[in-house]
Amino acid sequence: MIMRREILPLSIFLAFAVLPLLGDFGSDAFILSIVTRVMIFAIAAVSLDLILGYGALVSFGHAAFLGIGAYAVGILSAHGIREAAIQIPAALIVSALFALLTGAISLRTKGIYFIMITLAFGQMAYFFAVSLAAYGGDDGMTLPGRSLFFGYDIVQSERAFYFLVFACLIAVYVACRMIVTSRFGRVIRGARENPQRMEAIGFSLFAYQLTIYVIAGTLCGLAGFLLANQTQFVSPAYMTWQRSGELIVMVLLGGLGSLNGAILGAAAFLLLEEGLSHFTEYWKLYFGPFLVLVVLFARGGLMGGFKRLTGTDDGR
Amino acid sequence: MTIPMLELRHIRKNFGALNVTDDVSLTIPRHELHAMIGPNGAGKTTLIHQISGLLSSNSGTLLLNGEDITALDLPQRARKGIVRSFQITSILPHFSTLENVALAVQARSGSSFRFFGRADREAVLNDAALAALTEVGLRDRANLRAGLLSHGEKRQLELAIALAAQPSVLLLDEPLAGTGPEESAVLTDLLRRLKGRLTIVLIEHDMEAVFSLADRISVLVYGKIIATDTPQAIRDNPEVRTAYLGEETA
Ligand SMILES: Nc1ncnc2c1ncn2[C@@H]1O[C@H](COP(=O)(O)OP(=O)(O)OP(=O)(O)O)[C@@H](O)[C@H]1O
Ligand SMILES: [Mg+2]
Repeated sequence: MIMRREILPLSIFLAFAVLPLLGDFGSDAFILSIVTRVMIFAIAAVSLDLILGYGALVSFGHAAFLGIGAYAVGILSAHGIREAAIQIPAALIVSALFALLTGAISLRTKGIYFIMITLAFGQMAYFFAVSLAAYGGDDGMTLPGRSLFFGYDIVQSERAFYFLVFACLIAVYVACRMIVTSRFGRVIRGARENPQRMEAIGFSLFAYQLTIYVIAGTLCGLAGFLLANQTQFVSPAYMTWQRSGELIVMVLLGGLGSLNGAILGAAAFLLLEEGLSHFTEYWKLYFGPFLVLVVLFARGGLMGGFKRLTGTDDGR
Repeated sequence: MTIPMLELRHIRKNFGALNVTDDVSLTIPRHELHAMIGPNGAGKTTLIHQISGLLSSNSGTLLLNGEDITALDLPQRARKGIVRSFQITSILPHFSTLENVALAVQARSGSSFRFFGRADREAVLNDAALAALTEVGLRDRANLRAGLLSHGEKRQLELAIALAAQPSVLLLDEPLAGTGPEESAVLTDLLRRLKGRLTIVLIEHDMEAVFSLADRISVLVYGKIIATDTPQAIRDNPEVRTAYLGEETA
């Protein structure tokens, strides 16, 4: 029997699975491409939720990892290496190393200082990208095409690429589910509630928090790889502090510390942005207050509302 | 000569000009139940903070079973076997009562860098946790969210957490404070059973409990230990009577 709490994630993934089967979305595959973008940002939001929601560490530089993943594709492509089997490991390893280095320093601080220092590292990554004159500098660079998989150009079509992103989202979601309910995840969740209690029973939290920081950064690097492939374009704009802020908003909108919520939050954010921008060019004027209202009145974000409706709450 | 379980040598702590721990030296043999009494603000909690590693000392040396542990921090000392409870209840309110204790078991049983397998279904952890809950009389609350326990039950839970962490030295900061007579009896009873099994430093204002449980008592006044002796000798000590007990036993 399917447990009640599995209904929501199953519905979400079922919706993603059937969407491309509903029909041909015209030549530009507009809807398909929006939902692809939703899923890519869902991966980024889920990864951020690991540190922000489960670890209660407000990282304001998470977009740096989107950029690192994207530049791994861009820089390697510029040198003629379009093979995903090389690009993906490169994206993940560089993301992990950046997370290890910046996390080891950032995690020595707490609260507002942690926010500021992660923001600073994010900006460093941004300006580093801007300074890469050989790779387009401020303007970024256009890719020669999507990545190849073992030499084959199999994700050139929007539909094929959609399923690649879908598979990545499922893999990331399943991995994160395991992590948060594992021994390791329980330490992270315990530290969110009462770090002193956790230390008093013998957990040296720094090592755990650094590990979750590296995992989150690495997974976001994967989102960066996908983002570069979708747009076939790479630029420093992927790692602005505004982008980091948007990722935080997605997680808040969905509900902190809920993987389902992070996916819903990314979807709600991007679809609202898309919808509102069709009505008015001043859409940000409406979007800002809307977000404030959600945070103020729907505490726990979309998942908070969902839990109140269904009465289910299992900490995921 | 046997090595004492815990030895404090010239421990000091000051907050600005205030000497909260003023050159405290104390030797506690293995399996002694050592009570620490003293008026409010005497520095009892601060001393527990220093022994547990929550606060670092300005100077002095701390030995655990002959080993110098002065440089270790709170989690490192916990892994060495110094486990504490807090004067202000400290639990994980959104975890179940069982999981609160299971985490303490987890801390002492194998690596916690395990990323697969649900921790809340590990029988080894849950069984040990349930045993600790049974010991403190909270077994029937195992599946309740810890935040929903009564104040007294939270005190019991905190003791279960400490026990599950397999301490060799247990530091208890007013475990009976705020408990009702029934819970207080359960906890006093438990302390009596623990006595002789591990080394316990007990801070407590309940004099009846202190004098019936303690092997020895230290009296702390303004950060200084003014006497360390058996309960009977402490009761008869004139200096202690004027400094502290006088007001209460008069
Ligand atoms: N972080 C701090 N900064 C400054 N002064 C402090 C700090 N912590 C404690 N004190 C002071 O140190 C003294 C001892 O405090 P402590 O909490 O150790 O006393 P106590 O003996 O546990 O008292 P009680 O019986 O009320 O629990 C008090 O005067 C207190 O105000
Ligand atoms: Mg105190």
